[in-house]
Amino acid sequence: MSIIDVSNVSKSFGGVKANTNVSITVEKGGITGLIGPNGSGKTTLFNSIVGYHPIDSGSIKYEGQEISKMLVPEIARLGLLRTFQQTRIYGEMDCVENMLISLPHRKMSIWDTFQKNTAEDREKAENLLDFVGLYEKRFLRSGSLSFGQQKLLEFAMALMNEPTVLLLDEPTAGINPTLINGLIDRLKRANSEFGITLFIIEHNMRVIMNMADTIYCLAHGELLASGTSEEIQNDQRVIDAYLGAH
Amino acid sequence: MAINKNALYTILLIVIAAAPFVFPNYGVQLATLWLFIIVAMTWDMTGGQMGYNSLGNIFFYGTGMYVAAVIAIGLVYDVGEYTSAFGGGRYDFTDAQYFTGFVLGVIGAGIFCAISAFIIGYVTFGLRGPYFAIGTLGVAIAAGELVSNWDWVGGGQGITLPVYPGNLDDGKVFIYFAFAITGVVLFIFLNYLYKTRFGAAMNAIRDDEEKAEAMGIHTMRYKLISWALSAFFIGVAGGISAFQIISFEPLESAYQTINLGIFMVVCVLLGGKGTLWGPIIGAILFQLFKEVTWNYFLGWQWVALGALIIVTVVYFQDGLMGYLRTVRPEWFGQTVEEKSDDAAGEAAR
Repeated sequence: MSIIDVSNVSKSFGGVKANTNVSITVEKGGITGLIGPNGSGKTTLFNSIVGYHPIDSGSIKYEGQEISKMLVPEIARLGLLRTFQQTRIYGEMDCVENMLISLPHRKMSIWDTFQKNTAEDREKAENLLDFVGLYEKRFLRSGSLSFGQQKLLEFAMALMNEPTVLLLDEPTAGINPTLINGLIDRLKRANSEFGITLFIIEHNMRVIMNMADTIYCLAHGELLASGTSEEIQNDQRVIDAYLGAH
Repeated sequence: MAINKNALYTILLIVIAAAPFVFPNYGVQLATLWLFIIVAMTWDMTGGQMGYNSLGNIFFYGTGMYVAAVIAIGLVYDVGEYTSAFGGGRYDFTDAQYFTGFVLGVIGAGIFCAISAFIIGYVTFGLRGPYFAIGTLGVAIAAGELVSNWDWVGGGQGITLPVYPGNLDDGKVFIYFAFAITGVVLFIFLNYLYKTRFGAAMNAIRDDEEKAEAMGIHTMRYKLISWALSAFFIGVAGGISAFQIISFEPLESAYQTINLGIFMVVCVLLGGKGTLWGPIIGAILFQLFKEVTWNYFLGWQWVALGALIIVTVVYFQDGLMGYLRTVRPEWFGQTVEEKSDDAAGEAAR
């Protein structure tokens, strides 16, 4: 069953056509990958889905509901969450505070927000920090962490929010190669243990081929190919796009 | 921590309660100090904790003064008739009328300001950074000009409230305690608020509002409620000020954008924004500096104050608490902790 349906979405910035008639579907409970050379419109598509900018034409449905006209916080409150290519964390707070603020506010009443965080909340935060391997650094100002650690923190924050779907924009970029295996494992576990549907932009082929059930490839803003990792790996058009054959 | 917090708070409360009797000659200065503490703490709610630097919070102070005055007078006399007499004519207030007017006026001022914050905030919170600062400043200046042309509340001549019934020194003590109680209540409230999820959401908006939105936090709701809460307390402080100053006019005493409107920001910057104690320490330092320069460098006091503002803004933006946090991060709980039974730490570099 599909959870995100993007059909015939086009988006241009001035004369630049970032997306042209892109149609993809994200299966519920699966891991879907999105690849493509730099500038092929992957992040634009992400931004369109989560409501950062209006689309020119087409439709985006989330669980059957049209979301292409909705605002960022409204879409986020439906349980459709994204992480950023350049990490975005709350730099002045420590890691635990970063986690606690990521509790799903959509599930709280205004009265709940005037309460202090419970012991369970803290335990959950510390467990998830442990899950991404940041437990020892949990009381450090998050702005003082390295880029890779900030990415891991951002991933943990997203899990804290209990999303239904998580859109990850290059989760392994800037992460030490020795940690990438650990991260792949954690992403898979987030998918299998927490039941979170993942939709991942990734440049690292080894990573995405290892994880995704279905992969879509964009080039020049258009959908070039789609299929399982074997199909994509053997698709001549994809190889050409990456090696710049046209 | 080594210091027993309860003992510290008890000593502070005793000092607060004893101050006007130990220093009877400084009643006005002590009350003003409390006013500074209140406006600094309320400014820090949006400016320090939420990252929205308002230059228009003085709007709530001035509006609080006027609302309190109108309520106190309106309970007994017709406001238009009262103000058109410009303090002349015989308008007597009994003790009961004075105190009822005081209590209802001050609380009404707070409520009115909280509601105005909702309305103004709905428009101005679309602005970010310096644009928000200038936008709110514009609101305060416009309000001052509007009120000074509104004859019903006395226009540019301002308004005169009844004086405290009874001994004038008792009146000063009364005003002192009105400010002090408001300040203590505000402190207790903020001490609680900053530990809640609401407080965390305010910090999230400060650090990265776009991220907060992307995480599904109701940013507009939090911004409006924080500003309304802050406006409530400024309005109350303004209401008390109205009864302290007794006779005030719109531009210099009520909507005093260049005096109190700026002082509250400097107090916070001096003490350290985004902290609970910073605004209080800043307000005390600022009030000391102000009184000393007014007494010993008369004629140069504005120059000295301007120099202080420039030095603070240019070289000491993080304030005293921010400086302490940089040199002694462990005092603020920023430490690396080793985990004894460790298996999952392999990902931490």
